Amino acid sequence: MTDQRFRNAAGGRIDRSRPLTFQFNGRRYDGFGGDTLASALLANGVRLVGRSFKYHRPRGIVAAGSEESNALVQLGTGARTEPNVRATQAEMHDELSAASVNCWPSVEVDVGAINSALAAFLPAGFYYKTFMWPPRAWRFYEWFIRRAAGLGRAPTEPDPDRYEKTYAHCDVAVVGAGPAGLAAALAAGRVGARVILADESSEFGGSLLGEAATIAAAPALDWVAGAMAELAALPEVRLLPRTTVFGYYDHNHLGLIERVTDHLGPRTDTTLPRQRLWKVLARQVVLATGAIERPLVFDDNDRPGVMLASAARTYANRWAVRAGDRAIVVTNNDSAYPAALDLSEAGVNVQAVIDARETPPDAWREPLRVRGIDLAAGRTVAAALGRKRVEGAEVYELAADGSRLIGAARCYDCDLIAVSGGWSPTLHLFSQSGGRPRFDAGIAAFVPGESRQAERSVGAARGTFSLAGCLAEGFAGGAAAALACGFGDGVAPPVPATGDTPAGPLRPLWRVPTAGHGGKAFVDAQNDVTADDVELAAREGYRSVEHLKRYTTTGMGTDQGKTSNVNALAILADLTNATIAEVGTTTFRPPYTPVTYGALAGRSVGDRFDPVRMTGLHQWHEAAGALFEDVGQWKRPWYYPRRGETLHQAVARECGAVRASLGIVDASTLGKIDIQGPDALKLLNLVYTNAWDNLEVGRCRYGLMLKEDGMVFDDGVTARLGPNHYHMTTTTGGAARVMGWLEEWVQCEWLDMRVHFTSTTTHWTVVAIAGPNARRLLAELCPDIDLESAAFPFMAWRDGTVAGIPARVFRVSFSGEQSYEINVPSSCGVALWQVLMTAGAKYDITPYGTETMHVLRAEKGFVIVGQETDGTTTPQDLGMDWIVSKKKTDFIGKRGLTRADCGRADRKQLVGLLPENSKDTLQEGAQIVAEIRPKPPMPMEGHVTSSYWSAALGRPFALALLMGGRARHGQTVAVSSYGTTSWAKVVPPIFWDKEGERLRG
Amino acid sequence: MHLIACPWCGPRDEVEYAYGGEGHIARPARPEALSDGAYADYLFMRRNPKGVHAERWVHAAGCRRWFNVLRDTVSHRILAVYKMGEPRPEAGP
Repeated sequence: MTDQRFRNAAGGRIDRSRPLTFQFNGRRYDGFGGDTLASALLANGVRLVGRSFKYHRPRGIVAAGSEESNALVQLGTGARTEPNVRATQAEMHDELSAASVNCWPSVEVDVGAINSALAAFLPAGFYYKTFMWPPRAWRFYEWFIRRAAGLGRAPTEPDPDRYEKTYAHCDVAVVGAGPAGLAAALAAGRVGARVILADESSEFGGSLLGEAATIAAAPALDWVAGAMAELAALPEVRLLPRTTVFGYYDHNHLGLIERVTDHLGPRTDTTLPRQRLWKVLARQVVLATGAIERPLVFDDNDRPGVMLASAARTYANRWAVRAGDRAIVVTNNDSAYPAALDLSEAGVNVQAVIDARETPPDAWREPLRVRGIDLAAGRTVAAALGRKRVEGAEVYELAADGSRLIGAARCYDCDLIAVSGGWSPTLHLFSQSGGRPRFDAGIAAFVPGESRQAERSVGAARGTFSLAGCLAEGFAGGAAAALACGFGDGVAPPVPATGDTPAGPLRPLWRVPTAGHGGKAFVDAQNDVTADDVELAAREGYRSVEHLKRYTTTGMGTDQGKTSNVNALAILADLTNATIAEVGTTTFRPPYTPVTYGALAGRSVGDRFDPVRMTGLHQWHEAAGALFEDVGQWKRPWYYPRRGETLHQAVARECGAVRASLGIVDASTLGKIDIQGPDALKLLNLVYTNAWDNLEVGRCRYGLMLKEDGMVFDDGVTARLGPNHYHMTTTTGGAARVMGWLEEWVQCEWLDMRVHFTSTTTHWTVVAIAGPNARRLLAELCPDIDLESAAFPFMAWRDGTVAGIPARVFRVSFSGEQSYEINVPSSCGVALWQVLMTAGAKYDITPYGTETMHVLRAEKGFVIVGQETDGTTTPQDLGMDWIVSKKKTDFIGKRGLTRADCGRADRKQLVGLLPENSKDTLQEGAQIVAEIRPKPPMPMEGHVTSSYWSAALGRPFALALLMGGRARHGQTVAVSSYGTTSWAKVVPPIFWDKEGERLRG
Repeated sequence: MHLIACPWCGPRDEVEYAYGGEGHIARPARPEALSDGAYADYLFMRRNPKGVHAERWVHAAGCRRWFNVLRDTVSHRILAVYKMGEPRPEAGP
């Protein structure tokens, strides 16, 4: 326990009635509700909070908001641990636990700090220069580099929290709830526009939370409270605190991440999600994102205790925390003066304001004098003293052109150096929206240029830093945005009086001349990029800001260079004798601050990642002990092992049963499309390669569909139900694709074709019975269909009843055996299946799965689209020239087949393979090679597409695509797979019942 | 979550739609009369303009109707939506 000795006894916006304890690096500390981890650490005098990325230098807290570059912590433990959290944004809750990153074994004693001594050998582009040779060694180097980098640890356990996604539309989205954002929301909300106001902080008010400002002669926070109450009462206004707008996309689409319960700590009650991802489509966007203060670039400016002046001021005002005992305030502009006064008011011994300007505005002299604060003009800090914390500062007189220091140093004894190098409007979202920033020399900062989308920037985000200006622009921007959506008259509400002191011009100061005793001047503290690195890059010719960024990695950390970008490119401009406007900025990309993957995934994890489709018979299959195979989204029975059976044994048994007596398979997943209309026949003739004119009602036919390039696309059996009515079947995986294909042709190409499609896949349960006893079983259960082959031949269908259920029976066969596919309404599927199982017991009826189905069809040489074909396979390649009509003038793919390439004799053609070793089942996907070499590459001639053990043949067999294969029957080929070679004889791709007597019998 | 205005259903979320590539690609009346080069142009060659692009979309998770869209490939703004078979309108502002 510690005493929070840097916490003032009164003041601040913390909840002193809610004391909390937390742990940092294993030590316990006290804090209050309303603290952040950063404010609580500072209250307890903890200054060293982490080590830097490359040199492992000691680092402290620099900022008070999302721009923090140094104070990254590993938050939480176990499954809930989160890396790279900015301590300035981690809201305090009881029992919060956090640890430093980038250090081992501890933040105080860090082995990696040796890199600091080696710094001379670790310049910009070090990795590019050093680890390029030998090329293979990169993997070895990378392993060490990644470990040494240590950017926190991702949790290894599943995420226990719940995340939600939500979608919203609004008229005016206002980003940022500082004075300008609140004013904009008020102006738009009062006239009835639907407004969403989001702010990343736990409280609305923005910069006003950290300043002692006045509005309408009262504390500014009274005005904030009034605005909040008014907004909360407006029914069309939605207020989203703790919500970061992290992305601005096309069509005014914003990505928001709302931290719903993070501030409550780990909870067992998961009624509310941890975070909520909002996707908002706004008709108008008002960017009131504020501005970020720039640090100064001087020697050892990264020592713990060097802090942005606005941050030190915010800690004092919002959290009643003194960021140090003895301070100097160093600036080049007016904004640090009220900061110095507020620090002094909070009890910090502010020794001096060091202003780089020769003649600071007179308005500040008297307030400083009253507080006993010296004013040193034309001077700046050139070096921080101390190592793990600031112990002093060297201040010099600055030459008029800023190029050198003059005279001797004056040393201040201080533990806080509050710096202000001017302000940069927060342009991230503006830039993401497609807008190009423009350099404004008056404030030495980039400001928004022309809008590319329906957005406008107001207040500090636009470079207007006075409170009066922020309020005026907010009101005007909100009113204008509302008017653009048809609300109000566009007239801005009157602006209340503010207690602003007008600000004078700043003196640009990008790189303080070095004090000359070997310190490092950091530009990007998070990525350890120094001013010297920028100089080296410029010397080596990296003159484009985009190249500078990639070479030095400046601005590429998790903070995206919020505090560093402008300093880096200003130094580059100076070195290359270009203007800052000419150098320009790099592109800002989402997210503004890191977003956890869990929020992006939302509920689409685990079982909810992808829909699972099950047939009506699924529970029966499960009860029968089936193992399942994924076919598209469907779960299909793979095989039904009996006690102790392997896959091989079960499949051999199932295959044997079908060939010898009777098998039964659930074929419900087969794609089914009902086609009706006077032009149905015309359509079939265009989408299938064969002719359909002579197909009579009551008959069905196998068809092959091609793409326009002539390559096989899908196959299936289609039955003629009536003169203008067909029932098409497709492959299981191709059902949606074929449906879409037919619709696209009819809607986009053949607009006058009168034909309609209805997907009926799930209307029917399809049960196929196959085997020599199939007809005998069906005859028992089906009194109203004449099953004799003469009356009900192969490739016909009949309506009737099976087991008392209305059924449509197709006499088709994918197994090569006598087979009937019985279609009944889905709701009757289980009843049908059970009757068939009971009645079929005398034939030892055997349920079989997809594996047996595949073996049986392969023995017959029936192809599976997607297994024997791969998008480069023609019907001729499959030996199916017989199905390609020579008489039809046109069908999809006909012209494609006439390309010379399709007639090449050495195309890969479907063949059968019989391995020479009868115990040797070939690997599917194995390559057929022309020549065996000790190791790849070997000249490839084809590959194995299907390979099984055949119980019927008593040996393994395979189907393959082989160059010029049809002319090579009888040859022996080498099949190579993972270093082993098998030899196989090329045979015609049919192994069972070549005459087809069994399936017709 | 761009809004696309289906000609039949009105403005709906982009996720309900599927993209179908460049629009106004007419299937040749007599494919067999085309040279390999001309047929390859029909099959494979597509425009990739910076600016206004005519393309077709389908309201796949809605009414399942195909329609035409004029879209600016730079701003992704949708400039016009029109039914299949209708002529390409002038690009809007």
